Order: sequence, then C-alpha cells, then structure tokens
Amino acid sequence: MEWETVIGLEVHAQLSTRSKIFSGAPTAYGAPPNQQANEIDIALPGVLPVLNREAVRMAVRFGLAVEAAINHRSVFARKNYFYPDLPKGYQISQYELPIVQNGRLQLDLDGEVCVIGITRAHLEEDAGKSLHDAVDGMTGVDLNRAGTPLLEIVSEPDMRSAAQAVTYLKALHTLVRYLEICDGNMQEGSFRCDANVSVRPRGEARFGTRTELKNINSFRFVERAIEYEARRQIAVLEGGGSIRQETRLYDADRDETRSMRSKEEANDYRYFPDPDLPPLILTPDFVAAVQADMPELPSAKRERFCADYGLSRYDATLLTATRELAAYYESVVADGALDPKLVANWVAGELLAHLNSAGLELAASRVSASHLAGLLRRIRDNTISGKIAKEVFEAMWTEGADADSVIAARGLTQITDDSAIESIVDEVMAAHPKQVAQYRSGEEKVFGFFVGQVMKASRGKANPAKVNDILKRKLSA
Amino acid sequence: MSETLAELVRGLAAGRFSSVELVDACLAAIGRHRDLNAFITVDAGAARAAAADADRLRAGGGQAPLLGVPFAHKDIFCTAGVRTTCGSRMLADFVAPYDATVVEKLRAQGAVMLGKTNMDEFAMGSSNETSHFGAVRNPWDPARVPGGSSGGSAAAVAAGLVPAATGTDTGGSIRQPAAFCGITGLKPSYGRVSRYGMIAFASSLDQAGPMARSAEDCAYLLAAMAGFDERDSTSHARPVDDYVGGLAGDLKGLRVGVVREHFGAGLDAAIGAATHAALAELERLGATLVDVSLPNSAMSLPCYYVLAPAEASSNLARYDGVRYGYRARDYRDLEDMYKKTRGQGFGAEVKRRIMVGTYALSAGYYDAYYLKALKLRRLVADDFARAFAHCDVIAGPTAPTTAFALGAKSDDPVSMYMNDIYTIPVNLAGLPALSMPAGFVEGLPVGLQLTGSYMDEARLLRVAHRYQQATDWHRRLPPLS
Repeated sequence: MEWETVIGLEVHAQLSTRSKIFSGAPTAYGAPPNQQANEIDIALPGVLPVLNREAVRMAVRFGLAVEAAINHRSVFARKNYFYPDLPKGYQISQYELPIVQNGRLQLDLDGEVCVIGITRAHLEEDAGKSLHDAVDGMTGVDLNRAGTPLLEIVSEPDMRSAAQAVTYLKALHTLVRYLEICDGNMQEGSFRCDANVSVRPRGEARFGTRTELKNINSFRFVERAIEYEARRQIAVLEGGGSIRQETRLYDADRDETRSMRSKEEANDYRYFPDPDLPPLILTPDFVAAVQADMPELPSAKRERFCADYGLSRYDATLLTATRELAAYYESVVADGALDPKLVANWVAGELLAHLNSAGLELAASRVSASHLAGLLRRIRDNTISGKIAKEVFEAMWTEGADADSVIAARGLTQITDDSAIESIVDEVMAAHPKQVAQYRSGEEKVFGFFVGQVMKASRGKANPAKVNDILKRKLSA
Repeated sequence: MSETLAELVRGLAAGRFSSVELVDACLAAIGRHRDLNAFITVDAGAARAAAADADRLRAGGGQAPLLGVPFAHKDIFCTAGVRTTCGSRMLADFVAPYDATVVEKLRAQGAVMLGKTNMDEFAMGSSNETSHFGAVRNPWDPARVPGGSSGGSAAAVAAGLVPAATGTDTGGSIRQPAAFCGITGLKPSYGRVSRYGMIAFASSLDQAGPMARSAEDCAYLLAAMAGFDERDSTSHARPVDDYVGGLAGDLKGLRVGVVREHFGAGLDAAIGAATHAALAELERLGATLVDVSLPNSAMSLPCYYVLAPAEASSNLARYDGVRYGYRARDYRDLEDMYKKTRGQGFGAEVKRRIMVGTYALSAGYYDAYYLKALKLRRLVADDFARAFAHCDVIAGPTAPTTAFALGAKSDDPVSMYMNDIYTIPVNLAGLPALSMPAGFVEGLPVGLQLTGSYMDEARLLRVAHRYQQATDWHRRLPPLS
C-alpha cells in the first residue's frame, strides 16, 4: 500500500520584546538563574499581570504578514497545571479567542508553489526551566525565562512530507526575523517546534490518528523526527496494529521517537478566561499603524529579486533568506552598478562560503558590501580576471583590505596591453613548434593548450579575451 | 477609643492630641483585648515611629487628612517587611518584598498602620472561624462570631482598638462582619480600588474597602484607597469622586429601592422589623421608597459558589511549596511534596473550595457549571440595571441573621453560605454597597445594606451619612470588660 504522511506544526516563537509579557522584568538570555524574575514572574501572593503592548504589536505584525484575520477582541485564559517551573500553577495563554486566525504562508519547494494554512497564532507566556541535577543532585528551577512572551503559531495539517515541513519551518523562521519579532535562535530556544504527524493510505480522505513530537529544535531534527515517526507508524499499521494518540519525544542521539504520555494521561488544563486580564481589544487605528510599519516581506522581496534582477528562484530565495543578506546584495548591486547575476554569484558563492566556514554572521563579514562592489568593478573594467578576483577576495577576507589595495600590492593588474600579450604568445609559440604544427594541420583542440600556456606564463594576469584573439590570429597566420 | 476617625482627623488637625498619643492608646487597647484575637500581627515599633514622623510632618505644616491617623490592615494586603499570612498556615511566615497598592496609598497619606487583622483563611468564610490563627470573638458577645472574612477588622473597629481598618469583600466579607459588629463598611465598585498586592481569592469579585464607625470615616479612607492603578488591569481609569466633600446634602427626591425578594423566607423577623424601621427613617428624611425586584438574585448563591471556587482553585495553585510559604517536611517525590504541602498548609474550607472549583472547571463539567454560572451572573447584573432604572439606591438587610454563636455553623457549610444571600448578588454585579448599623436585636447589631449603581459610591456615602446624622446606632459601643 502507498502511504501519505500528514504533518501540522506548532511553532513557539519567543517575541523579542525588552520586557516580559506580563511584567517589567528583562527578557535577555543567559543571566545567572533567577536574576531576571521579579515578584510577578515568581508569582508571589497578590501580584497581577499587565499585558506588554509591544508583544501585542508583534503578534499583529505577524498576523498581517500571513494575511490572517486580526481579532479585534481576543481573550487570555489560564491553562492550569502543576509543575515547579510554572510559578502560578497556570500559564496565561489565549485559548478560544486568539489574536490571529486563518492565515497562510506560501512556500516554494523545488520550484513548486504551495500554500500552508495557519490556523491561529496566539500570545502566551513561557515557563521557567527545570535544571535537573543542578544542585547537589537535586532539581533546580530557573525562572528567568518565566513570562517571556511567546507567539504560538499553529499550522493546518497541510504538509505531506518532512521536506515540505522543513521548508515551511524555514519560511516561518525567515519571516519572524524579517518582521523583527523573534531572533530565531534555535539553540537558545527562541524558536521551537512541535510536530503533529499521522499517516493514511494515499487517496484516503480521513486523517489517521496523530502523534505529537516534542523536542525537535533544529531543522535537521524536524526532518529526521518526522521521517522516523512516519516510518514507525506505517510499520505499526502494516503489522496490523493501530496508532495511539500520544505525545512522543524525539531522541536525537538515537534518532528515534519515544512515548512520553498517552491521551489518557494528558492533563485536564481546566482552561477558563483569566479574570485578571480584561479581553484584549484592538482598535482599527492600532492595526492600521502596525500595517503602515510593515517591512517588505520575504515572498515579496523574492519576487522582486526575480523580476528586477533576473535571478533564478533558487538564487532569489537564497539571497532573501535574511533581511541583512538581501540588503547586502542590493547594496553591492547599487554601489557598483554591477550585473545583478554576477553579484548574485559572488554573494551566494564566495561570500556565503567564507562566512559559513568561518562561522560568522553577515554583520561580522570581513568583506563589506562596498569592498565587494569594488572588487566586482575591477572585474567589469578588466583590471583583473574572474580567476584572479577569487585570489583578491581571499586576500581581502584575510586582510580586511579593499580590492584596489590588494591588486596594487600584489601586482595582480590584468595585462591588457596587446603588445605585451603578443610577446608572451610569441614566446609560447616558439617554445612549442610541434603543437603549432598540429594546430595548423587542423587539430584545433590544441588551442586550449596554448591558452593555458599563455595564462601560466603571465601568471594568470593576461586578459583571457585578448589572449584568445591574439592566439587565434597568430596561430592562423 | 470611641471617637470616629473623622473626629480624630479634626482633633489631630486642631492639635488636641498627637498621633503618638493616639497610637499608644490604640496599642494599649489592643493589649487589653487580646482575647478578641482581632490581630494576627501587631507592629508596635513601626507604628510608634510612623506616628512620631507624622507628628513631625504635621508640625512642619503637613495637612493630609489621614496624617497620623492609626488604623489596621486586613492581613490579606501585602506589607513590605511585615508578614502577610492571609489567615493561613500556608503563609504563616510569609513576608512580601512589596506593599500592596492600597498599603502604599494609605502610607503616602501618612496613616499609621498598627498591624494586620485576623481573617478567614484566604478570605473564605463568613465567621472568621477558618483562620489558622484562631477564631475572632464578637465584641458585642464574645461567644459569637464577628462575621467574616474581614472579622478581625470589624471586631477591632467595634471594640475601639483602631478607629478604622481595611477589609476585602468577595461575597460580603466587608459588609456582613460590619453588620455583625455594628460598624460601617463599604465594598466599592469592582475596579474602583486596586487589587495589586491584595492576595487573590476570586479575582473577578474581590474588592478592597474601608471599615470604620461611620460613613464619614469610610469617605476619608476610600478617598485615600481608590483610584486607577497601572499595575491592576481591572482597575478603572475613571477619576475618583470627592467622597468627603460629597457627604453634605439631604435625601429629598432620593428614590430608595426596596427589594421584594429581600423579605422572604430565611430573614429573621426581628431583622426584618429593624430594616423596615430604617427604611421608614430614610423616608422621614425625604426619600421615597420604591418597590423593585431582583428575580434572579435567588440564583446568586449557586452562581457564586461555582465562580468563586473556580477562580480560587486557580489563584491558590501558586501555593505549592516550591518557592515560598509552607512546605511539608517529609515527602517522597514531587507529587508527594505537592500533596502533603497543600494537604497540610490549607484548612478544610479552603480545600473544599479548591475541590469544588477544580471540579467546576474540569473537562465535561465546564459548560454545565462554569459557563452556566457566567450566564447567571449576567442575569443577576441585568436585574440590578433594571432596578436602578427606577431607584437611586437599593436598601435592605445586610445579613439574614445577627451574629451567630461560635461553632454554630462550622459543620454546615451551606447554612454558613446562606449568610451571604443579600451581599453576594452585589459582587456578581460589580456594584458598590455598604452596610451601616441600623438597630439591635437582642443586644446584637443589625446592619442595613445600601447598594448603588456602578461607581456611585459618593451617593451611598451621602445617604448613609445623612442617616447617621439622624440616628446614633453607629455610636453605640459594645459592653467590653
């Protein structure tokens, strides 16, 4: 039987507000335990939550970016359960009436465009962290994270492969960083993902029983966990078994999922509207002000890069992955009035390769946009060849210098003077009479040999086009 | 001390006595009447120091009305550096690092806090018998309860230990003890006084308010307590009326609603008679009595006993032994720690309400209980809205009986709950209401409840003040040994 995998993702994006969603304590990551938790975060008696306006703005910004309905009235509810890192004994979250509903995100997967529905996005507070074996074999509780604003983004079960799920996740990751509402740092847990996975015979309209996968906090793990889980479910079903609705934990070391708790063991969260927080009412003016402040979104930028710069969808997607990279690219193109495709090749090629191997963010690049533009201008005006340019780039990266000083210091200026090239060609022809005879007797494939010899003799500096012309003329003489 | 707070305000301003003298007199009275058990904590040292500061400020020209006036806080308001127990073993040693907004505001006015008064555990009770620190005795009859949950505040004021105290009212916890102890107590409109730093019982119903001898006293206190607080999202932005300045005026043209359903079964006949006498007095003072109906108020009790426990079950989840408060000594694992801590830290009534509330919110019961109760709440509020189309205030009994004997209802929670039948609808509707002394039955005080429309505290206080100018029930003092 042929099986189809059905996937829906729940993403928790930490909103990059300065203070917490219901208190004035700072949200910065990495402070010593419990240094960033005030009386509200640790739920002392009598304290009350006050909603952070900035978190609301960010949620609306997201909702508008995914073409969703912004609910002018949304309600905070309490999700009740006991756990040491949940100080109040309940999490404040939006339940029945979320701030954002019915959105969509367009994906481009191997040239195929598809739309993934976003059921809802709601505001809630993060819990603290339990640090097991932290203090003399006991569990410690760090409440620095408690109260950090989260936007939980729930997709429709619209994805049909692990690869598609990862593409969606990456698009979402790109989007929240474009919107500057989340730093997207998956190691620090700013962008976390749970996956709902089920399988069904292809052609079946009903969904199979799903399992929820937790703890899949990298793009690679998402893909592997979903693939593993789909295989597991298919094996169970083909073996005559049935799938239990349950929560499963992904173990990256063993590359497998394990049962955490079944539906029967699930908590009854006893949701009810939080009486400490009146319904959140958004005025049309507030939403309009957020709309007016929207940046160009990744999808729009990608389309524009294809249309304006004649880039392939692949290059356009790559270059618009972050706002910073796209801005870098556009700045190089504009700075040098350069061929957009040439710039794309250099940015997507040399630059990203160097950044990746050095493990650097774009902001820390040792070759600035204006330096790269300077280098590409020297290719365009034939000062150097493309091949020499790579050598120059290498030096620019190492020394942090601009292209012209590297070229001057190393004497890499291209030889474009006809008489200089002619004399090198003459020397090479004189040294290889046998090959000259071969060429003249019709074996034109030795032409490449001569080009190589001339370039070698000029240490790569001879202008290749001129070498071609002069060689052709002299060999045919 | 038999003077009203207003008299002390005038006496201090006129220099007839100092704040230090007042505070010493109060501390002495508190010492003499320890048997009432009205206080959980007395902070004599800080009170004397604050009184000395107040006297210095006044000598330097300080004129805030409450400057140097002694009072007490119900032990539900967090006070930085002074323990806040909420009447519970769970918080028996809890010291907050912050002041409740109400505490901050009264301190800013220069009022001098003498200590923290006894109360039903987590404000859950109508007799003050659920306190971990023991029952409070009614100054009018030490064998009787003072009412609850603000029983310590009511007893302390009635016995003259302090001229005034703060209280909180979720279903009648200011008004019923005020009635039982023969003092005046006001529950403001929901949102009029900040709840920040006031330990939550049922967040959508809780309000802080003043308890004192007279309506005039309450006006002074409420003026200091009320107002918008950016730390409480449910507090109201509307400016605070001039309660003291608004006291003057007669009752001509005032339409007083008399609720048909208030005089049915369950009301003690003598209380009914006292209530009618008080209504007649209002009429004599110029008011017109109007017949009104609150048909859904009979459903208030079941509605309240779903909503309040539901909210409480969640509000009290934070007392888990993890970060502060009581923690059981021996436990096997996390779950065992939770169970033992909460099993030992909470008293029976609190546990009963947590269980009821947890049940009402559970999957499969939410619609039948919680949602249904929310709809009833709306009906109860609509009743009041309709009634206020025909009257300006509603007057009736505060409680169906006078103070009952200690232990009389301890084993019968439903009979205890019935005590709040007249007060609970007001909380459900979020309206202001006060209870003032309106006679005696067999030597025990009877309270008259005045309910107003939303944010109409000034009118309530004016009506009560006029009544108190014409009567002396609020001047009567208990026969203390």
